[in-house]
Amino acid sequence: MKKSKAFWVFSALALVIYAVVQGLISSGIIDLYYQNILVQMCINIMLAVSLHIVIGITGQFSIGHAGFMAVGAYFSAIATMKLGLPLPVGLALGAGVAALAGLLVGLPTLRLKGDYLAIATLGFAEIIRIIFLNVDYVGGAAGMVVTNMTTWTYAFAGVVITIIVISNFTNSRHGRGAISIREDEIAADAMGINTTYYKVVAFTIGSLFAGLAGAIYAHNFFIIQPTTFNFLKSFDILIYVVLGGLGSLSGSVIAAIFLTMVTAFLANFPETRMIIYSLVLILVMLYRPTGLMGTKEITSLFKFGKKGGTKP
Amino acid sequence: MTSNLLLKAENVGIQFGGLKAVQNVNMYLNQGELVGLIGPNGAGKTTTFNMITGVYQPTVGAITFAGRNLKGLKPYQVTKQGMSRTFQNIRLFKDLSVLDNVKVANHNIAKHSIVSSILRLPSHFSGEAKMEQESIEFLKIFGLDVYKDEMAKNLPYGMQRRLEIARALAAKPKLLLLDEPAAGMNPQETHDLMELIAFIRKEFNLTILLIEHDMHLVMGICERIYVLDHGQLIADGTAEEIRNNPKVIEAYLGEEVTD
Ligand SMILES: Nc1ncnc2c1ncn2[C@@H]1O[C@H](COP(=O)(O)OP(=O)(O)OP(=O)(O)O)[C@@H](O)[C@H]1O
Ligand SMILES: [Mg+2]
Repeated sequence: MKKSKAFWVFSALALVIYAVVQGLISSGIIDLYYQNILVQMCINIMLAVSLHIVIGITGQFSIGHAGFMAVGAYFSAIATMKLGLPLPVGLALGAGVAALAGLLVGLPTLRLKGDYLAIATLGFAEIIRIIFLNVDYVGGAAGMVVTNMTTWTYAFAGVVITIIVISNFTNSRHGRGAISIREDEIAADAMGINTTYYKVVAFTIGSLFAGLAGAIYAHNFFIIQPTTFNFLKSFDILIYVVLGGLGSLSGSVIAAIFLTMVTAFLANFPETRMIIYSLVLILVMLYRPTGLMGTKEITSLFKFGKKGGTKP
Repeated sequence: MTSNLLLKAENVGIQFGGLKAVQNVNMYLNQGELVGLIGPNGAGKTTTFNMITGVYQPTVGAITFAGRNLKGLKPYQVTKQGMSRTFQNIRLFKDLSVLDNVKVANHNIAKHSIVSSILRLPSHFSGEAKMEQESIEFLKIFGLDVYKDEMAKNLPYGMQRRLEIARALAAKPKLLLLDEPAAGMNPQETHDLMELIAFIRKEFNLTILLIEHDMHLVMGICERIYVLDHGQLIADGTAEEIRNNPKVIEAYLGEEVTD
């Protein structure tokens, strides 16, 4: 089948990228600074793809994604720092609690439409942030000290798992159910799709991987602080998805890679970053309103003939 | 009533704010019937469909389908009971392929879980293969299989209308509700469509409720006809009875004057 071919191509590509980068790291060609950028890139890809399943696939305009990242970051840090659990357990716990938070937030709010959902999710993310800000156990505003434990290997494995899970979900009857909600909720409902169920499922999966990204993030630096997870972070993630093209997983990956590099180049001029971001966004909206990829995937560019939508 | 009663609406009505869009509607459908629902613009035909399919909950009255009261069921639950519909203003999944449009409606024929799809277990592959195969069968009936990889939005208008019916059929209905399926079609397309409807009705043992604005068209193929005007049923009967009913003539004449 075509799909399994794409899967093997993806696996081979992932292996090659991993091996090459790992080789460069071991031989010292990639130093700690660039290693950190690569890990940051992986985290951003995970965030982008995890929001893509909510906005791009299911069409639910959620803009509080940093909230789930924060949950993953803090709970994984609690696991490793306070409870002395090993890192993999901490990552799993962070992702799991974030998924649970996604479920609890999603159940009531996903009944809301459009603007209302956006406001509710933004509100949730702020509430989460303010909770961490006021709990002394996790350091309050000063933040929580976390040992640097993540490596390029963890970050890359996180990306691979995120992409495989979300792309396998998308290319199945479940993913088509979710996409049909994005396309026309009334028609989806009329065709026998339990729309609330799939919205909540997509939201929970998205929260899980945002949590995993947060957990990896927490252990990539020496401290986590509530301000990191403010609404600007949520907007950053939103920009990856919109810039990449709503509905395109590969688009959101490309946008995350591109914007991480932009950020890295502008590291010394943090004020200009938002300006560049805004300019890029305005240009894309003017000249390519559907984003870089539209709803298409990069794989479809290599196929002959006209193709569209999901393939089995 | 005979035992092959499929759908029954008793005293059904709905109010939007102060507007009584539909009132006191009593209708029934026996298994295998092809029944028309006609009436001038704004008579309440689509609203009646929306109440039957669970989009709106009637404010009064009861609707039973295959012996079960539909009260409180959401549209997807009603669909699972065995009815599906098309929409007056086409509601395809525009950015999905023609094949995937049908597959969405085929959702419930396969049972593989989310976990088995994510882990790509054998049940995922067998389930997806079954959906693909069945969906292509439906497309073939409608002559749409050649377009299967085309995005739905790129189909010509008449084909989009056909795809909507193919999609509705894929949901495995006992009762198919068609809301002005021939709207915007030319006479030739309309004629072909009516033949197709007659064909699928036989082939799939369907009961069909057909909304049509054009009275003459319905007269040709429906066994019985209900006529709505200003939210109320003003007549029901065979084409012959409807044609000669003074109330119906008046309703349609009244419309022509205002048109
Ligand atoms: N959701 C709603 N809210 C308020 N009024 C509504 C709603 N849905 C329908 N109506 C009103 O109910 C009446 C019946 O509308 P309906 O769409 O059922 O007519 P119809 O018979 O299908 O007409 P047409 O031939 O134009 O399709 C109209 O006056 C319409 O404005
Ligand atoms: Mg109508």
